[in-house]
Amino acid sequence: MSFLAITRATLGKDIRLEWRSKDAINAMLFFALLVVVIFSFAFDPTAEESRRIAGGLIWVAFLFAAVVALNQTWARELRNQVLDAYRVSPAPANPLFLAKAIGNFIFVSVLEGLMTPLFIAFYKLRALGPGWELLPIAGLGTWALVVNGTFFAAISLRTRSREIMLPLLLFPLSIPALLGMVNATTAILTGEESARFWIALLVAYDVVFTTACLLLFDTVLEAE
Amino acid sequence: MKRGFTILAIVTGLLLAFGFYKALAPLSWPLGTPTEQTMGYVQRIFYYHVSSAWTALVLFAINFVSSIVFLVKRNEKADILALATAELGVVFCAVVLVTGPIWARPVWGIWWDPADIRLNSTLALWLIYVSYLVLRRFSTSSKTPVIAAVWAIFGALDVPFVFFSIWFFRTQHPSPVIAQGGYLDPRMWITVLINWAAFLSLAWLVTWTRYRLEFAQRKVHEAEALESLREGSQ
Repeated sequence: MSFLAITRATLGKDIRLEWRSKDAINAMLFFALLVVVIFSFAFDPTAEESRRIAGGLIWVAFLFAAVVALNQTWARELRNQVLDAYRVSPAPANPLFLAKAIGNFIFVSVLEGLMTPLFIAFYKLRALGPGWELLPIAGLGTWALVVNGTFFAAISLRTRSREIMLPLLLFPLSIPALLGMVNATTAILTGEESARFWIALLVAYDVVFTTACLLLFDTVLEAE
Repeated sequence: MKRGFTILAIVTGLLLAFGFYKALAPLSWPLGTPTEQTMGYVQRIFYYHVSSAWTALVLFAINFVSSIVFLVKRNEKADILALATAELGVVFCAVVLVTGPIWARPVWGIWWDPADIRLNSTLALWLIYVSYLVLRRFSTSSKTPVIAAVWAIFGALDVPFVFFSIWFFRTQHPSPVIAQGGYLDPRMWITVLINWAAFLSLAWLVTWTRYRLEFAQRKVHEAEALESLREGSQ
């Protein structure tokens, strides 16, 4: 089977599983909803203030929620030794990784699409800058989170208390990406400065880490 | 090997003592260092602060290189070196993070300046290598070294992003704080270099010790495992 065929097969299987069980998306949605509600109780900002802090709040909420989905990525494959079966099969490792990362990207994007209107309503948001730029920022930022997250979820598979291990690995490394997403979003919401630099930073971050993940995933998969 | 260790220990002790003296002695004392004009005596923490930072960076660089060497050659010694340098690098980085605020408090009037790129990028660096050590500690697989080496490479790749993003982030919001001017008195340069040499030598000594300890520990583990296998088969 070709690279693309394996990717498509794995991705299709994951989406079908998720469509039928809705495990990850339900947990993520409810979790993100709780974060939004708790934030809105904890801070009661005016429209002007909320424009400044909303970028940070949104991305922190998505980051936490994404961890919920990422933790389930590989755990599913451990049952019935699916991962072992994959390892002994002649299929290369990278399509598997790519399929998992794309799957997570889709799940987290769906979550973002559903939660953003809530955020806008709760925080009375209105973009003063070019609002369409939020789309590439969301895409690049989400990819930055899920590509590393998928990889580190694989790393933390064979650790004690792996649910807590993933954020411990993912958060320190995501600091630059998070800075990029938050500042780009804030720049557009307040309309005070251009978000171009941050978008460029996110592109560079995505390229470097996607490459590193693809180069090293084989090593990690064999190391289990 | 044993003699080399003793010599290194003596050299380290002498260098540390001399560096300490030079860092604290005013210009009127023999071989003293001038006191900085605006900041006064407190500026002398600079000699420990900066030397620790440079030493930590050297240790992290060694960690990165030995992680790559391990991934390519699967040489156990490279893995032990990576572990030892990461542990020690975190310690030196912690010294930087503690001496920074102690210096900042009297000079800037605040303990921690969220707008200072150096403090923040050092903190991010420290967090990355702490999570490296946590990963090693929590890993249950026999392939811990491989996973740790992969993680070390990711951590090293992140460093340029950390510096770059935080640097840009802050220059957009200029702060009144300037860490150090561009010019440094040559006598101060000598003092900071001597202290750096002392710290590097200390780092070498401790890494060496840690390396031997880890090596011995692994041998003991292996021997114990073999022993229990033999008992089991009887």
